[in-house]
Amino acid sequence: MLAKRIVPCLDVKGGKVVKGVQFRNHEIVGDIVPLAARYAEEGADELVFYDITASAHDRVIDRSWVSRVAERIDIPFCVAGGIKTIAQAREKLAFGADKISVNSPALTDPSLIERLQDEFGRQCIVIGIDSYYDSDTDSYKVKQFTGDEAATKDTQWYTQDWVQEVQKRGCGEIVLNVMNQDGVRQGYDLKQLSIVREICDVPLIASGGAGTMEHFKDVFAIAKVDAALAASVFHKGIIDIGELKSYLFENNIAIRR
Amino acid sequence: MNQADRDQSDSSTVIIDTGCANLSSVRYAFERICSDVLVSDDHTVIKAATRVVLPGVGTAGAAMASLKDKRLVELIQGLTQPVLGVCLGMQMMTQVSKEHGGREVDCECLGLIPTDVEELDSQGQPLPHMGWNQITPTTHPLFVGIPAGSYLYFVHSFRVPLSEYTIASCEYGETFSAAIAKDNFMGVQFHPEKSAAIGSKILSNFLALDQTKLDAATQEAKL
Repeated sequence: MLAKRIVPCLDVKGGKVVKGVQFRNHEIVGDIVPLAARYAEEGADELVFYDITASAHDRVIDRSWVSRVAERIDIPFCVAGGIKTIAQAREKLAFGADKISVNSPALTDPSLIERLQDEFGRQCIVIGIDSYYDSDTDSYKVKQFTGDEAATKDTQWYTQDWVQEVQKRGCGEIVLNVMNQDGVRQGYDLKQLSIVREICDVPLIASGGAGTMEHFKDVFAIAKVDAALAASVFHKGIIDIGELKSYLFENNIAIRR
Repeated sequence: MNQADRDQSDSSTVIIDTGCANLSSVRYAFERICSDVLVSDDHTVIKAATRVVLPGVGTAGAAMASLKDKRLVELIQGLTQPVLGVCLGMQMMTQVSKEHGGREVDCECLGLIPTDVEELDSQGQPLPHMGWNQITPTTHPLFVGIPAGSYLYFVHSFRVPLSEYTIASCEYGETFSAAIAKDNFMGVQFHPEKSAAIGSKILSNFLALDQTKLDAATQEAKL
């Protein structure tokens, strides 16, 4: 049976892993390669690296760490941040990344998704979506350039429409990051994720809000996502990946052990 | 130096530079367990290798076009040492792939193992089939010490059906070939280079293969 994936996310800034609350006040968590290797050894199923300043500052991520990660770890990983062109994507994949994730540049130019898919196949094209609940209109909307608070802006897209658009254009996976929940550890937004799951035919990764092991159980059992991404609960040692997997296994969630 | 050490040092593992694949991960995975890995598209080097790896990412059409450009098709077909195809590399070992990659016609493959590649019927589950799934291996020497139910990392939307050449199976909507083999050619649909300790064990098994073991496996398959 296909296992549900536990995906630690390492936000990268200036060559270090950092973590902020609701995308703000970043603090350094540790070095990239040792942290990545530790998570792989503890049983992480996959890793995501986001260079959170890359899009906003038009800065392409330092590439050398991608090959250092690939040399060291033997589980899949995805690289995100500042990938706007085929050449930039090719470089990350050539260095050993299994997937590349595109967020803001796809909103600026949606045809990028098709071009990436044509060149590399949809299996390695991940679309990251930063979605927030807008209480004024009781709807879910997409934000752009969330790596930098000053540059963050609203888009014309409702989340559901953008989810369908990126699939039509050929992405292989979607990471839905619910901004209202990010870093506050109050649980994944099960309602929003369930709505998106209904219209998502590619693998769906939940992001934002994990605080307890029960949150992971719920997002798999209720929202039916394929993978759950989290950062602070792992970085801060609040949840141990091995214990989490045992807990999920005991609760009848398909898990690789 | 005893005989085993000498054999080890004289052996070489050549990963074919297909021109369009992500070769780094496969190379790193072999480098973690042996010291004699080369990436090459040089005909002499490939022919002289103790064993050969055919990697692959992308579409069958693009990958076969690249092999043709490098005049590698006949060379690969003539190899007699153990050859391991990984993911698309495995699919290219079949006769034909339905993965068109924008083209109208089916993609003719290397024809090393008489089976073919068609779209995976996931029964409505998300595609691509992406993530860690369990395999049920046969007694093929590639899977020595790999228990049924072991998790391997898969990423694909097309699959090889079950046949007499299946040496491991997997289930996602339907049961399909997780690995196939015929004579010295074997292929795995999953990514051993990304499958943690279990994947590494399978690559070690590949390194340990010799003609005797392959002949025995072929013999057993015929019984």
